[in-house]
Amino acid sequence: MASSLWKSSMMKRANLLKILSALILFGAWEIAGRIPVSLAFPTFLESMSALFAMAFDGTLWAAYGETLQPLVVGVAISAVLGIAIGLWVGLSDFFDWLFSPIFIVMQAAPLAALIPLLVLAYGIGLTSKVLVVCIMAMPVIVLNTAGAVRNTPESMKEMGKAFLASDLSVILKIVIPAASPVIFAGLRLGISAGFIGAILAELKITPTGVGDIITYSRSIADYPSMYAAIFSIILLAVLFLNLLEKTEAVLFKGNQRGYVSD
Amino acid sequence: MVVADDIPESAVSTRNISKNYGDVEALRDLSLEFPRGQLTSLLGPSGCGKTTLLKIIAGLLEPTSGEVEVNGQMVTGPGPDRAFVFQDFALLPWASVMRNVSFGLEMRGVAKSEREDIAARYIKEVGLGGFENAYPHELSGGMRQRVGLARALSVDAEVLLMDEPFSAVDEQTRRKFQEDLLGLVQNENKTFIFVTHSIEEAVYVSDQIAILLPRPSRVHEIIRPSGFRDKGVDNIRRDPEYLDIVDEIWASLRTYVE
Ligand SMILES: Nc1ncnc2c1ncn2[C@@H]1O[C@H](COP(=O)(O)OP(=O)(O)O)[C@@H](O)[C@H]1O
Ligand SMILES: [Mg+2]
Repeated sequence: MASSLWKSSMMKRANLLKILSALILFGAWEIAGRIPVSLAFPTFLESMSALFAMAFDGTLWAAYGETLQPLVVGVAISAVLGIAIGLWVGLSDFFDWLFSPIFIVMQAAPLAALIPLLVLAYGIGLTSKVLVVCIMAMPVIVLNTAGAVRNTPESMKEMGKAFLASDLSVILKIVIPAASPVIFAGLRLGISAGFIGAILAELKITPTGVGDIITYSRSIADYPSMYAAIFSIILLAVLFLNLLEKTEAVLFKGNQRGYVSD
Repeated sequence: MVVADDIPESAVSTRNISKNYGDVEALRDLSLEFPRGQLTSLLGPSGCGKTTLLKIIAGLLEPTSGEVEVNGQMVTGPGPDRAFVFQDFALLPWASVMRNVSFGLEMRGVAKSEREDIAARYIKEVGLGGFENAYPHELSGGMRQRVGLARALSVDAEVLLMDEPFSAVDEQTRRKFQEDLLGLVQNENKTFIFVTHSIEEAVYVSDQIAILLPRPSRVHEIIRPSGFRDKGVDNIRRDPEYLDIVDEIWASLRTYVE
């Protein structure tokens, strides 16, 4: 019981630290904006008031209505397909041979150079944007999942067989849970990359949604709005990643080995 | 081998087992009988194929040639008649003690409430009562191996295969384990196959010791300590027969240790 008390106080401390580091960051931003570092760099407070203004007049929500479409669809496809392909690649040498090179190339490819090709093939609509999100998000999810699956401790799989687990049970009850920390790490990286992909698509294909706010407010030198839009997308990404972390903590409690000595 | 009258029939027999890993000949033509209800140790230096033999009996490895019988049935894979205790515990780190112990029952399709009842009983029996909801990383090495032992006991297999189960725990805990193991052999009516590289441990816990010599591994000698088993756990280590057997085994092994 004492240890759980201690754990919850550690948790509070961790949250406190997060808030503190956010405050320091915002403070530094405010100061940098007041000096100012550059005429195109607004203060934190100016940016926040621009953010609230956009929230109240509805532009922000309309923008997210557009940006979230390729983002959510792309991230969902990347997560589901990425984990599924990653499992296959990790479990079968044949799939490894078939798929791994594709994702390694995808991960290394300079996306900006591919975008014109995508537009040529799929036009400027949702499809191209979803594909940009997928190209950004999927490789790291696939490669992390495959690597984690391949590295499942042999002794755990052997234990499963010794206690009469079927092949399917070994995968569901041993391989996937054992790989889950690395799979989740891949998801986190992939989803962050997906956010970048969604904005990149809006900047490079056609200005819509949040990308449009960024492009437009820069063109009329409304820097507070531009930074407000950038800030909002980062905030959304951080909130989403935190949610993912919480989900993982609930699903696989014993995998968290922080603070407990081995 | 001379079969004396007081040796019970075999629960497990291995016949002419050979095992090659590529060019490495790990076992050659190894035959051994494991009497029912007794504890047989496989004793030998590291790398002589003890784990290999145990995994072949478990059905986790296929022998290159030869066969294993458990209760007269040919072994073709893992079965409900055998349970395994692993050297590195092989616990699931994301699962509580309760889930780890009931894992074997879960794989056998036992309903949740029933398997948790059974698991709770064995968790208490190995002395981990109160730790049902703890996770492996919260336990010491000795406690983790108790979880591994409870998991193996809870499926109620007739044959318990133990691969150096006490080698990763500290000396005091190991002695306690050895005493507890003697109790288990007496009370559980199971056949134990116990791998160790410790001469003292083998002599202390075994009804029968098979000394394996390094590669290709074969049975060099079978020793059946008998005189000191009933003298109580506290007196065994002082018993002259115990000390003589330890010396005798060391004498035959020392030539193989550089
Ligand atoms: N999977 C494997 N591939 C190749 N060689 C192996 C493998 N497993 C064991 N060996 C070799 O077989 C021999 C016996 O190994 P093992 O059964 O683990 O011995 P022990 O348990 O007595 O220490 C060793 O020389 C080891 O290097
Ligand atoms: Mg071994």
